Amino acid sequence: MHADPIGVQTGAHFIDGDHSCAEGAIAAGCRFVAGYPITPSTEVVERMAERFPFVGGIFIQMEDEIASSIAIQGAAWGGKKTMTVTSGPGFSLMMEHIGFAAMTETPCVFVDVQRAGPSTGLPTMPAQGDMMQARWGSHGDYSIIALSPNSPQECFDLTIHAFNLSERYRVPVMMMMDECVGHMIERVVIPEAEKIEIVERKMYEGPKENFQPFDAGRDMVPMMVKAGDGYRIHVTGLTHDERGYPNMTVNTQGRLIQRLMDKIRLNADDIVMYKEEDVKDADVVVVSYGITSRTAIPAIEQAKAKGLKVGHLRLVVVWPFPEKRIKELARHVKSLVVPELNMGQIVYEVERCAAGQCNVVSVPHAGGTVHQPKDILAAIEKSLRGK
Amino acid sequence: MPEELYDVESNVPANPIEDLLRMDRIPHIWCPGCGIGTTVNCFVRALQTSGLDLDKVSVVSGIGCTGRVAGYMRLDSFHTTHGRAIPFATGLKLANPELKVIVYSGDGDLTAIGGNHFIHAARRNMDITVILINNMIYGMTGGQVAPTTPVGATASTTPHGNFEETFNLPFLAESCGAVYVARWTAHHVRHLTKSIKEAVAKKGFSFVEILAPCPTLFSRRNKLGDGLDQMEYYRDSSEIKNGADTKSVALDFQGKIIVGKFVDKVRPTYIEAMNNHYKAKYGDRYVPSDEMRKLNHA
Amino acid sequence: MPRTEIKIGGFGGQGVILSGYILGRAASIFDSKSATMIQAFGPEARGSACSAELIISNEAITYPYIVAPNVMVVMSQEAYTKFSPQLAQGGMLLTEEDLVVTHNLRSDIKHYSIPATRIAEELGKRLVLNIVMLGFATAITNVVGREAARKAVKVSVPKGTEELNFAAFEKGYEYGLEVLKKIPEKSLA
Repeated sequence: MHADPIGVQTGAHFIDGDHSCAEGAIAAGCRFVAGYPITPSTEVVERMAERFPFVGGIFIQMEDEIASSIAIQGAAWGGKKTMTVTSGPGFSLMMEHIGFAAMTETPCVFVDVQRAGPSTGLPTMPAQGDMMQARWGSHGDYSIIALSPNSPQECFDLTIHAFNLSERYRVPVMMMMDECVGHMIERVVIPEAEKIEIVERKMYEGPKENFQPFDAGRDMVPMMVKAGDGYRIHVTGLTHDERGYPNMTVNTQGRLIQRLMDKIRLNADDIVMYKEEDVKDADVVVVSYGITSRTAIPAIEQAKAKGLKVGHLRLVVVWPFPEKRIKELARHVKSLVVPELNMGQIVYEVERCAAGQCNVVSVPHAGGTVHQPKDILAAIEKSLRGK
Repeated sequence: MPEELYDVESNVPANPIEDLLRMDRIPHIWCPGCGIGTTVNCFVRALQTSGLDLDKVSVVSGIGCTGRVAGYMRLDSFHTTHGRAIPFATGLKLANPELKVIVYSGDGDLTAIGGNHFIHAARRNMDITVILINNMIYGMTGGQVAPTTPVGATASTTPHGNFEETFNLPFLAESCGAVYVARWTAHHVRHLTKSIKEAVAKKGFSFVEILAPCPTLFSRRNKLGDGLDQMEYYRDSSEIKNGADTKSVALDFQGKIIVGKFVDKVRPTYIEAMNNHYKAKYGDRYVPSDEMRKLNHA
Repeated sequence: MPRTEIKIGGFGGQGVILSGYILGRAASIFDSKSATMIQAFGPEARGSACSAELIISNEAITYPYIVAPNVMVVMSQEAYTKFSPQLAQGGMLLTEEDLVVTHNLRSDIKHYSIPATRIAEELGKRLVLNIVMLGFATAITNVVGREAARKAVKVSVPKGTEELNFAAFEKGYEYGLEVLKKIPEKSLA
């Protein structure tokens, strides 16, 4: 499938990450957005509100983030590709509905333009403090997918990818932006509609008798129907069987949760995405994501100029985490250096995968700006002294 | 009893509302004497005679005893999170305006945790029907005080008696902009059926409050007897006053119950307002959603 | 051209952000360079000294913030006072002649000024002061080409005001060329 040309503003633009994210969503086929204003994400919904009347989309500003994060799920069951957009405090309010989306296998995209927290924190300044919340913030066990763009161009590209993954796997997908990427203006190239690959959800159209809407079959992703198609489905956040009926037993819980985890875990090779540079023969690999990957580059260059062998692995998909690759690297390098705009979150995943086989060094930052390359350089040098 | 209502093989009379229930989920979880089942019966009969294409009807519930209604309806049904049935319904309706979207939930769900959504959906005149079962208590969690618990009644979290002012729900709904507001009790099955039928036929935000007994947690704790005693109270203390000023219909503990259709008016619904606004402003440049276009051509 | 950091300062309503935006758009869309613009947000963005920060480079831009601007364009006294100490060693300072009085200027700074307000008024619209400054900055710094800047002006200003803005840009640009002629050594290192 290719994008519908009606929503695609083909050409080279000089726009910020928030606007670019909105364009990506429209190109991906998103036609319903519910949101609530919060800095620094508001420009995304402002652009949706501006553009939607001319492309067959509906934007509604709800009364809060809780309402926004469930309205999109109602719309998803009405047949739409949907998205909500927020920042830290609003993301906290949405947590219950991330769990609901995971449990009911409702395709939808959550955009979090991260700012420094906790609480009101620094509303106009960047951070990456919601990375663990994106993965674990709702109660219980479930899996999600999270992406981390490092430029306005990627805000466009990865928003499309977020929709595609969400439709393919029927999971909530988190677009983990940050204030810097969201407000930074750069060149964004929007291709022609026929060059944009779009994934549509697999719809069931078979007989109504004995249809089991949550029977996933082998690929672990059930086919979907929408309200009004005549299948008279039941969708519940309670533990449910393949018919979608509440079935609060240990066995059903075990079977359902295992599948919800497995459909991401066993498809991880298809979902995981990272970019590597010079990791072969490297003594140190910097593991970064989002805006932090850009401050890592000058640090790595400076380290190389000093004769150090340093590579770079940038997580494009942060969740699921590229366990296999980090485990491999840990066997070959002396150290892994993890700069993040938080006091240490993804570094715990890196440590888990490294399992003591190499030195793992966190480069924390409480947020408000990005790292200075010299801080990352110092960590690279220090990481080698440690061994 | 007419012949067609018999299941020929078992010779057991078939229930006339079976075709709209998920019979494979019966028996239901509600207690003996609970009023929710009676309201579901009225709801089904209202739908059966509504003339609606029932494949295009969705029921959305929140959490709680009444929240389980969605799960028993053989309709597209959504059992959402606590308090959030209305915003879910909002998204569903906007995505496909061809659907008749009915929220069916309890007093605690819709007016405490979900109160903000209730007032904004009414303000927007969102095109949904809200059926609220008021049993004056949180049933599912074991009888805690609700915004609807009358002053003087006791609940597990007001063991010394409730002293908080009680919500007057018809007044709340009208003040926020609902175009149809009615209140009945589980005793008034004919009036209620007719009222639900009117509410679902109404364009915009329609609201029906139904008083229903909770014998297990409200009546017993407050020494009001069983379900039947509450039904007798409804019968003896209700007064039908159609068009009553909603300011005057507040409930108090075992006091008089004013029932009836209080509000039935017309104002542009959210969807009408949206389409009219964009058409007036942008003419042919406005592109309504695919579903909206299909509906307008039908 | 290596990484050039540019800061444009003035007071709210002067079109500071728009001039930065046009410059960045000229570089990245019409001049095949990279440009990254950072916007200031919050109360500070609405205060009396507002600014636009921009990086232009022939290479991909990694670190997104400016560290010490090589070029500073200043349209108000307060912006001058607040921002000019940040200028990089040997940086360029471009000021609006009638709105900014420079004092205690560091000797390493190359200073150029233009009576942009007067020029804008002669064109009949004081509002185009920012575009006069933009033309001037384009000529003096050469961070983007004249044609690229003209194209960016065209697509960035309100419809119907293109001609006026072209005229403003050209006046500023010509003035800049005249200023450069009077200076013996090359202004760009």
